[in-house]
Order: sequence, then structure tokens, then C-alpha cells
Amino acid sequence: MADELPQLTAAERQRYSRHLILPQVEAEGQRRLKAARVLIVGAGGLGSPVALYLAAAGVGTLGLVDFDVVDVTNLQRQLLHGTDDVGRPKLDSARERIRDVNPHVHVEPYQTRLTSANALGIIREYDLVVDGTDNFATRYLINDACVLLGKPNVYGSIFRFEGQASLFATGDGPCYRCLVPEPPSPGQVPSCAEGGVLGVLPGIVGTIQAVEAIKVVLGIGETLAGRLLLIDALTMEFRTLRLRRDPRCPACGTREIRELIDYDQFCGITPETMPTDNRDMTDEITPAELKARLDARDDFDLIDVREPREWDIGHIPGARLIPLGEIATALDSLDPSREIVVMCRSGKRSATAAKQMKDAGFQRVKNLAGGILRWSDDVDPSVPKY
Amino acid sequence: MPISVVLPRALTPFSRGVGTVRLDDPCATVAEALAAVTARWPAVTDRVLTEQGELRRHVNVFVGEESVRFLDGLETPVSDGDTITIVPAVSGG
Repeated sequence: MADELPQLTAAERQRYSRHLILPQVEAEGQRRLKAARVLIVGAGGLGSPVALYLAAAGVGTLGLVDFDVVDVTNLQRQLLHGTDDVGRPKLDSARERIRDVNPHVHVEPYQTRLTSANALGIIREYDLVVDGTDNFATRYLINDACVLLGKPNVYGSIFRFEGQASLFATGDGPCYRCLVPEPPSPGQVPSCAEGGVLGVLPGIVGTIQAVEAIKVVLGIGETLAGRLLLIDALTMEFRTLRLRRDPRCPACGTREIRELIDYDQFCGITPETMPTDNRDMTDEITPAELKARLDARDDFDLIDVREPREWDIGHIPGARLIPLGEIATALDSLDPSREIVVMCRSGKRSATAAKQMKDAGFQRVKNLAGGILRWSDDVDPSVPKY
Repeated sequence: MPISVVLPRALTPFSRGVGTVRLDDPCATVAEALAAVTARWPAVTDRVLTEQGELRRHVNVFVGEESVRFLDGLETPVSDGDTITIVPAVSGG
């Protein structure tokens, strides 16, 4: 087996000397790392430290999946990308950065969204997967594909000051579905774009994922399989809780999931909860129309369903703040016969609010298309985008 | 030693910033402990339990290190000094 591993060049021996003198790694372990193929899904907050450290450590082949371009709001935490990269595809800046960190690493870029159609084909080519995605649908997709293919899935996720990490889909260990049998309904759990995240936090969680990936490749230590690591950066407490394989789990337990499914549908992502362009235009109002109606002092209520901290960054004069989580209890204080315009950052949460209100009998609810981001673009650039 | 309920930071806006709730009254089960939290801050447990009073499927509740999904669910017994930890799913990356 060891004979089949690639040899290290003189330059590599020098570069990895601090690994080679570790009894747990030595030359054979470093050759294992060189032979390893690791797929990183998401070149963002978590994917950045994972890719940088795995590249520096000498993982021979790194697959990177990301469809996005670099946005200035990414730079607070996504260290694969720099200020000059804003507007460029993330995979372009990632490849350049990784080449600079370690030119011995081969990068295989996949400039695409991971989908049910391509996931098995891509993941099959790798030894293990590191989940650095930012949404539930892709997490379930990665999980099911890894369980079906028998590939370990190094999990990490973050929100505000808290992080989670584990290792799923190993031999007899649990999978993501054993931890989270069903996703929250859309809007129930805010994303980092909505709730914020400490920029350093993905650095902590991502480096832990990188350590787990290396331990899997080398077969050393005790991995997080069967354990969930919880990190609270504010108290700097690290706790591990026990995870068990659920015999009723449809992926790794009963194995009734034999092929990949529609994960958007599984996560309740319907046209009503998609970004505004995909919804019925009759229920929307554009920022320009809203401005005209505000200027004309038309009689309607403008309700902002974001969180108070987002409101403090900037809001539309005349709006009333009712965070999405409080809409249900606030309905009693609203008049169902009045015209209501709901708004949020991008139009997504307010679409959920509009649906809740319509379901409760409110007839005249409109959603501000594109939210305050488009308001800033089209009407008032002094309202900051975030 | 009272029973402690550790809330995720995502729920502390609904508990006036309290992250660890110490329950002074005796509780025999997880359900009773959550009911004591509900009595103080109903908006917290709204996000943990369904309207039918069942544990939401994207939320895990641990007694000590063990998830109640693999014990007796909300009827899992608790005793003095136990720590109940609420862990909702998060997806950020």
C-alpha cells in the first residue's frame, strides 16, 4: 500500500519538514496527504481556512465548488479573497491564493452550484468532502451523496458567535440527518446574511474542519465522528455532545434514500420563498413605486421585518419594525383590511411574512421587491447595503 | 444544585439576554423544565416546541451529553444538577 503512495520531491521534503518529524505523520503520512483528494464545497467563510490550511499541509488535490463572485461584504471573513478580487469569481481568486500558498497542490475548480444532478459525479472523484456551504438544502444534498457513496463528510456551520463541527458518514457513525432529521421552515432560522457572523468564527470552525480532514486522511487520533463540537466564541467555551446513528434515519439507518432528491423542495423552498424575481409580480411593489406612494402620503402601513440591529444600520422613514419572528404575535395589532407593504433586506424574509399575513386573512399585502438592498440602489444610496 | 437550561445565543433575544436559565423549582422531566422556561419567556420555547408541544425536528435537546431523541424524548427524566442544552440547527458557512 505504502509503495503505491507518491514519493515526495526534495522541495516537498523541505517544505513539509515540520510534519515529517511528527511521529504521527512522518514521510508516509505526508505521502498520504499528497495522494489525498479532498472536495471543499463552498469557497466562503469556512471554505477559506479549510482550503488554505489543507493546501499548506500538502493535500495533493483540492476540489473546490462555488458559483459565486467575491462581494465586498465577504472580505470580513473569507480570507481566500482580497480587496482587488471584488467582482471576480471566487474560484479564480481561490486558485491564485492556493497556488501562492503551495504550488505543489493541484486545484480542481467546479464553477457551479452543487445540485442533485451533479453531486454524485463530483463527490465520487474524492476521498472525503468538507461541507463549507451556507444553506440547509446543500447540507442535506452533501450528506445524502456522502452516505450513498460512503465518503466521510466533515461538517461545520456557524451563526453569529456560535459554531458547530462534526464528522458524518464514516463507517458506522451518524450522518447529518441523524442530527437534524428535518430542516427548519424557511425564515425560521436566519442566515449569516440576515443575522450576522463574527468574522473570526469561521476561522475557528474551518480550521477544526481542516484538522478533522487531515486526521481522516492519515487515520490518526480520535475524530469528531459520533460527537458534536459546540463553540461559543463569546464565552470561549468548547463543549462536545454525543451523537448517535439513528436507526430510523432514512439515509444511513433504513437506507430508504437510494438516490438524491429535490432538496429545495425538502427544505420548503418554494417559488413563494425564492428571491423576488420568481414570484407573482402582482403582490410586489418596486422601490420606485414605494417612494412615489410615500411621497404622495398614500394611506398604507410599511412594515420592516428585519432584526433591530439591521434596522439600526438603515431603514426607510415611516416604516414600523416587526421582526419576522414576531409577525405571528403582532398580527392582532394590525388591521387586515388596510393595505400593508412588507420589506426586509432582500425581499426573502418579507415574502415569508407576506405569506403568513395572507394565510391569516390579510388581503392587501405587498412585498417590497429586492428589499432595502434595491431601495439603496434605486431610490436612496445613503441607506447602507450590508 | 438547580437544573440549568443552556439556551443558544439565537434564542437569548427572547430571554432578555439570559443564556443559562437556572430552575429553582424541582422538575422531573425535560418537558417540565421547558414548561418552567415557557412560564418566563414563552417566545423561547415557541422556537423549540411545535404548537402540538412536540420537539421541533431541527432542534436537539441534550440532557448532559445525550440527545433526548435517543432517550425518552421530552419525557426524559432530569435530576438536580443536570444541564439541559438546546441546540438548534444552524446553516451559516
